[in-house]
This record gives sequence, structure tokens and C-alpha cells, in this order.
Amino acid sequence: MSVTIKIDHALKKFGENTVIQDLSLSVREGEFFTLLGSSGCGKTTLLRMIAGFNTIEGGDFYFNEKRINDMPPHKRKIGMVFQNYAIFPHMDTFGNVAFGLKEQHVKEPELSRRVNEILDTVQISELRDRMPKNMSGGQQQRIALARAIVIEPDVLLMDEPLSNLDAKLRVEMRTAIKRIQNACKITTIYVTHDQEEALAISDRIAVMKKGEIQQVGTPMEIYQHPSNLFVATFIGQSSLLDATAVRSAGETAVKLFDGSVMRIPGMREDVPEEEVLKLCVRPNEFRFDSAGIEATVFERVFFGDAIRYTLTLNNGQNIEMKQDIHLPMAQVGEAVHVAFNVDVVNVFRASDEVSVMKDVIHA
Amino acid sequence: MKKRRLDGWALITGLCFLFFLFFFLYPISRTLLNSIYDFTTGTFTLASFQKFFTKRYYTNTIWNSLKVTSLATLSTTFFGTTLAYLARTVKIKGKRVLDIVMLISVLSPPFIGAYSWIVLLGRAGVITNIINSLFGIQFQGIYGFSGILLVFTIKLSPLVYLYVSGALKNLDNSLNEAAESMGCTRIRKIFRIILPLILPTMLASALLVFMRALADFGTPMLIGEGYRTLPVLIYNSFVGEVTQDYSFASAISVIIVAFTTVIFLLQKYISGRVSIEMNAMNPLEPKKAMGVSNVLTHAYAYLFIILELLPIIVVAYNSFQNTQGTMFVEGFSLNSYIKAFSTMGSSIANTYLYSIIALAIILVIGILVSYSTIRRPSALTAILDTIIMFPYIIPGSVLGISMLLAFNHPPLTISGTAIIIIVAYVVRRLPYTIRSSSAILRQISTSVEEASQSLGASPTSTFGKVTVPMMISGVLPGALMSWMSIISELSASIMLYVGSTKTMTIAIYTEVIRGNYGVASALSTILICSTVLVLMIFFKLTGRTEIEL
Ligand SMILES: Nc1ncnc2c1ncn2[C@@H]1O[C@H](COP(=O)(O)OP(=O)(O)O)[C@@H](O)[C@H]1O
Ligand SMILES: [Mg+2]
Repeated sequence: MSVTIKIDHALKKFGENTVIQDLSLSVREGEFFTLLGSSGCGKTTLLRMIAGFNTIEGGDFYFNEKRINDMPPHKRKIGMVFQNYAIFPHMDTFGNVAFGLKEQHVKEPELSRRVNEILDTVQISELRDRMPKNMSGGQQQRIALARAIVIEPDVLLMDEPLSNLDAKLRVEMRTAIKRIQNACKITTIYVTHDQEEALAISDRIAVMKKGEIQQVGTPMEIYQHPSNLFVATFIGQSSLLDATAVRSAGETAVKLFDGSVMRIPGMREDVPEEEVLKLCVRPNEFRFDSAGIEATVFERVFFGDAIRYTLTLNNGQNIEMKQDIHLPMAQVGEAVHVAFNVDVVNVFRASDEVSVMKDVIHA
Repeated sequence: MKKRRLDGWALITGLCFLFFLFFFLYPISRTLLNSIYDFTTGTFTLASFQKFFTKRYYTNTIWNSLKVTSLATLSTTFFGTTLAYLARTVKIKGKRVLDIVMLISVLSPPFIGAYSWIVLLGRAGVITNIINSLFGIQFQGIYGFSGILLVFTIKLSPLVYLYVSGALKNLDNSLNEAAESMGCTRIRKIFRIILPLILPTMLASALLVFMRALADFGTPMLIGEGYRTLPVLIYNSFVGEVTQDYSFASAISVIIVAFTTVIFLLQKYISGRVSIEMNAMNPLEPKKAMGVSNVLTHAYAYLFIILELLPIIVVAYNSFQNTQGTMFVEGFSLNSYIKAFSTMGSSIANTYLYSIIALAIILVIGILVSYSTIRRPSALTAILDTIIMFPYIIPGSVLGISMLLAFNHPPLTISGTAIIIIVAYVVRRLPYTIRSSSAILRQISTSVEEASQSLGASPTSTFGKVTVPMMISGVLPGALMSWMSIISELSASIMLYVGSTKTMTIAIYTEVIRGNYGVASALSTILICSTVLVLMIFFKLTGRTEIEL
């Protein structure tokens, strides 16, 4: 049975150090929900509050309607996957996976049937009777995953489960995790600092910074409509251009640092004139265009399917641009002109870094 | 729920605390008090100290003890360290034999050395006779200061060897190579890189040697003759043939403990300042040496193998010799063994029974205490963690008389029972077990225990099914060490035994004193064989080739 998770005004302190001030959040039933943020922002702390391994200094935590603040971890019906796998070294694969079922007094033959089934699902049936000692990280992580899922928990909690794996395995495992979660539909909270991983795997993402949630949304919403500058620069790459709000032909427009004026279709009309703004452009939205801004090619890096340019603008600022290799190329040192797709640009107030776009759902 | 969980562990911590308070702190403080307080008249008095410090006969023992202990510490540290360094850097044929011989030597009963060296180098010793007939001199054999120093050096060098060898194993050769690449010569490299890195270990093992040598009572008793050391004085004034002066024995105990405390604090201070974490990715590789240095290195190593093995060989040889009264006579037989089993059978049984019970208690308390101090730290566990180390600085004989004086009357009269001996074993070995299990527990990531809880196991069930099984493999080597040192414990149990609770070490000691060398040798051989057997089983079962002390 899956549950909804609701957190109201959570407060976490370690001694005098407040790590989470006032955090509220709700996770839907069966949802794959990701906490995304840079290291030290309090993701693990929050996850361990949900699991019951951290004390809760304030606020309420609910699984469905049940308040769980005072429930010990082993009664919360959670499954947890740890960054360092936390495999029981004194048990073989079967013993590890059967551990939770034995705690639930599941008897043979059901015990073996369920263990074998889940080992099949995570594709490590051949490791069934082996000790974990010399297994690879990927194999250990599959055991950890199987062990957490086999007990059919109400909530599955994962703390950076892939961060100790090498890049290729990471991609492979995240696909496996997503597939398995889709199949068993357990409400899942997944912690990661890797934005690419979060985008690829999540139903919804909460972007965190210093113990606060910046934005909650689907990967698409967060990527396309970041609610503030932090989210915009944390998710994907962006270049920032200085600008100010102006009125042009009775409509709100922006004037770039070089004096060029353009209309941004998605921007709100109520932005006051003279407001200092930042335009946020993704690298692949730039293109060479003789009517564009003047720039000089500073660096050029070949990426196989694309070429990445670092361009220096007239005001000394650098921007990043990504081009398909089939398009005409520029040389390092060459003077170029670049334009960008105004339909997908995000605009932020410089003062509080909040988005002034129409489509943004604020947290 | 948090409260209830804490309460269970607080209770366990509290119980361990009480155990320790009652069976260690209480008797020791009583003894300390005894030295300045007359229980019969109820007055404070410094008479015992006065008696001690005004007679040269007594003050000399301090000087004697310090002289022989300090020199033994220096020589063992020198020999042990140089041998360990050579064995780690130069390829020695039979290095494994060297390691095992060193280990067995450390674990063999302390006074076997004294006995054997009398047989070899005493007044009528085998080697003494050879020397005297060879050179036509009247060498009287080694007794007194030189005898004790020799026995201590041979007996305790392996201790330093094993510790330093362990530290060198964790020394990363890249550091060496880095030093060499910066133009450091071989000798300079030893002093600038290697020595500083292994200094904490050297100090720690030097401390151990000092404590053991200072507290050793069997060796000076047997080979010291007129050279009286502090433990001998305690024993004599305590079980004295002439008079028994408890408050005097207490005063000497205070003096010894004062010394051990100072040394302990000094060592802690120094190693606290120089402590270094090491973990070798690229350990030192023994290299083949050439020419003279190769020969010298091998000679040095083999000399130690011989010196360490000789006492054991002597004892084993004697055990099969026929005896007549106190003399060895022609021919070999199992007579000494038959006699040992028929007259000392109960002491053999006692040894194994007591040591196994003590070991079980040590393991249970050790695991519980280390778990609560590391996973459930509180003010109480912090105190417990500190005081549980006190037995380090309490010599066995002091512990022995303290326990006897505290428990030979109500409320708890256990003197003369097996309980008091077992408790003494437990108290003496507990610090080591707690140390090692704490170290192991620190290496076990808490997330494994959390994983167990997340899978529905309660904290108690997690402790039993996950934590303890994970700790056991790490605690086991230490437990074996403890068992082996318990079966050769003498200095505390000799104060506590009565006829029916005699153990093998006590039997060996009393038989040697009575001149029944055959029986003593047979018992010693049984003891050594037990140690060797257990070691072999350990190596076989774990597939290890080395054991951490
Ligand atoms: N047990 C603890 N005691 C004290 N401070 C802690 C503890 N755990 C985490 N913190 C602090 O809380 C902050 C958030 O840590 P954490 O939740 O681990 O971050 P993240 O998982 O996002 O990298 C950090 O500043 C960290 O130092
Ligand atoms: Mg973390």
C-alpha cells in the first residue's frame, strides 16, 4: 500500500545550528519525488527525519493521515537505500534480502518465492548465495534496492544511492530504479545532488537550498520555468545577460546591456520600467546571427555531437553556447554575432532574483 | 519511544558501571586508603610510608625496580624496533617462523623464561658449564640484575616487535619513495620519515613493556636472588613468611601505582601530540639485501628466533626427562605428565574453566560497554569509558591484594572462591577488549544498523542480529589474546588462590619453588601447547597470517 507524505513546518536543529527552518512539502501517492540540492543543503537531514533516524525539533510529519513524529523507524514501514549500500556483510544476498521479510515473520515457501522474484526483478538472481564481500558497487546497490523493495514498504527512501557508482553504471541503475518504481508504484523520496539524474528519474522535484525549498515541480516545469535565478542556474547550464525593463510600443520589453531592445513573449506585463533584470539563456538557445550581439570566440571545445563555445561579450562577460556540429563553425578569436530564442528565455528581477515570467508556479 | 530505548542502554551502562565500581574501584581505593589509614584503630597514619622511606633496604627496591624496568624498556624497544624494521624491509628467509615464534613467546607464561634461563645460564646451567670448561673460568651464572634484565629483554622484545611491525605494515611506502626522490639518504630517511611515523606505536609498546616489567613478580622472584623489586616486596610483606603487614603492602602498592600513573600519563601526553593516522595503499616491500648486510640481518633475526625458542625447548625437554626428587636423571618418560595430571589435575581443569568463564563475561561486558559508549554516548558512558581503562595502570599484584582485602569479609565474602579469581581476570582484561571492540564498532557504519531498522527490526533485534554478528569477527582475535593471557596470569591470582582454586600458572610457580621441575615443566608445556593450538586453529579458521595485538 502506498501512502501520501505530508510535512508541515518541519524544523531541524543540531544543537544550536538550525539546518531546516520551516519546511513544508507534500508527496503524492505512488509518486517518484526527488529532493535536489547541492551538498550540505539538508537533503539527508530531511530524509532521515522522514525515516525516523533524526529527531524532529518542530513541525508535523504525516504518512496519509497518521502523524509519525513519535513512531520509531522500524514501525514506519519504510524501505531505505543508503549511499554506502549498507549491506549486511555477514549475510549472503539471500540473507540480506530475506532479512526484512523474516522480521515480518513471512514463512517458507513464500519467503523464498518473494526473494527470488525480487532478485529476478533487479537482475541479480545469480548472486543469490554469494557473500557481498567482493561484489561490485552496482551489485551491492541492487541488493540494497531489492532488500528495500521486497518488504513492500509504504515509502521508499533513497539517499544518493548512485553517487558511489561510475558514470556508466549510474545511468544504467537509474533506469532500473525508475522502471522498478514504476512497476511497484511505491511512494518514493529520492535524494540527489545530480540535477541530470533528478531530471531523468523524477515525477516531481523539490529544489533545495540551505534547508529551504526553492521550487517544486515536474522536471519539465523546473527546467523550462525556474522560479528563481538559483534554480535556473542550478538546473542545466545557463548564461546570464544584464538588461533593464523598458516600454516599447506600449508593451513591456527588455533593453540589453548593448542597447538592443527586444520583446520577451513569456514575460509578465506588470514589470515596472527601469527594473534591473537578468536574462537567462540555455547554451543551446544561442545561435550565430549577424543581427545579434557582438562577441568574440574565446574557447572552443569539441563534444562529439556538439561544439561548445565560450564567447566573450563586449562588456567582458562570458557566455556559453552549444551548437550542432553540422552548423557552420567559428574559430577561436573570431568576431561573431549571436542571437537567442526569445520564446524560451527566462527573465529574473536582479534585486531578489525571482522570476518575472508568466508561466512560473512559485513554491 | 526515544526515552525507552535510552533507558535500556542506560541500565546496562549503569550495571557495568556498578560492577566496575564494586569490583575494581572499591578494592583499589580501599588499598590506597589502607596505606594511610589504620582500620583497626581508626586513625590516619603515615607510619607505613615512614617505614618504607627511612630504610635503605626498602628504598633500594624502588631504585632496583626502576633501574631494571627502564633498562629493559630501552633494550626491548631497541631490539624489537630494529628487528621489526629489518623484517619489514629486508627479505628474510623464514620470516613467518620469526613472526610465529615472537607471538608464542609473547603469549607464553612470563616466568618460564626465568626458569629456563636458570637452567641454561644459572650456577649449574648447561651453558654456564660449557663456558666455564671452555675458558677455565668460574662464571657464577646470571642472577640478580643482569639475570632479570636478560629475561625481560628476551621475553618482552617480541611485544615491541609485534606492535612496531604492525605499525610498519600501515606505513605507506610512497612516503619513503617521496623522501628518496627528494634526496634523503637511507639513514636520514629512517630518522626523518619512518621513526616519527612509528613513534606513537613505539611509545605505546614501550609503555606496555614498562608496565609488564614493573609489575612482573615471577621473574625477579625466581632469578633475582638478592635483587628485590617492588612486586617482590609486596608479595613478601603480604604473604610474608614472618609477618603480614597489610598496610605496608598497601603503601608499596601506592608507590608502584604512582609510578605507573606517571608513566601512563607521560605516554598519553607524548603520543597525543604525535599521533598520526596511517593507512598504507602501497605497503613496504621487503627487498633482498646483498652481501654482509644480508648475512647480518639474517643472523640478527635467527638469533632472536633461537633466544625466544630456547626457553620453550628447555621446558619441553625437561618435561620428558626422568626425575628423582628434585633432580633430573637419565632417560625420558611421560612420568612428569602423569604426575602433573594426578597431583595437579584440578589446577589444569581450573585453568580452562576459569579462563573460559572469564572470557565469556569479558566478551559480553566488552561488547555492551563499547556499544553504549559509541552508539549511545552520555555523561555516564564517558565516565565509564575513562575509568574502565584504570586497570592498565594497576599491576596484577596490587589488584590481587586489593581484592583479597576487600572481599574477605562481609558484605561480600568471596575470597578463596573461584569467583574472586574470575573477577580479577575480567577486570584485568576488560580494558583491552573494550578498546578493541570500540575500535571495531567505530569502523562499522551506522547505516548498516539503520538499514536493519528500516527493514522493520527493532533496535534490540538489530543489535542482536546485525551489530553483534558484525563485531564478532573483529572482536575474536582480541578475545583469543585475552584468553591466552588469562591462562598465563600469575601476579593477581597468586594473591587470591587457595588450594582448591589453584590454576596451572600458580601450580607451575609453586612447583618450581619446591624444586619439582619435572612437574612444572610438564605443566608449562601443556600451557604452551594450548596457546600454540589455539593460535593454529585461529589462523586456519580465519585464513589470516598475522594477528593484531
Ligand atoms: N549529525 C549531525 N550533527 C550536526 N550537524 C549535522 C549533522 N548531520 C548534518 N549536519 C549538518 O546539517 C547540514 C545539512 O547536512 P546534510 O543533510 O547531510 O546535507 P546534504 O545531505 O544535503 O548534503 C550540514 O551543514 C551538516 O553539517
Ligand atoms: Mg547527503
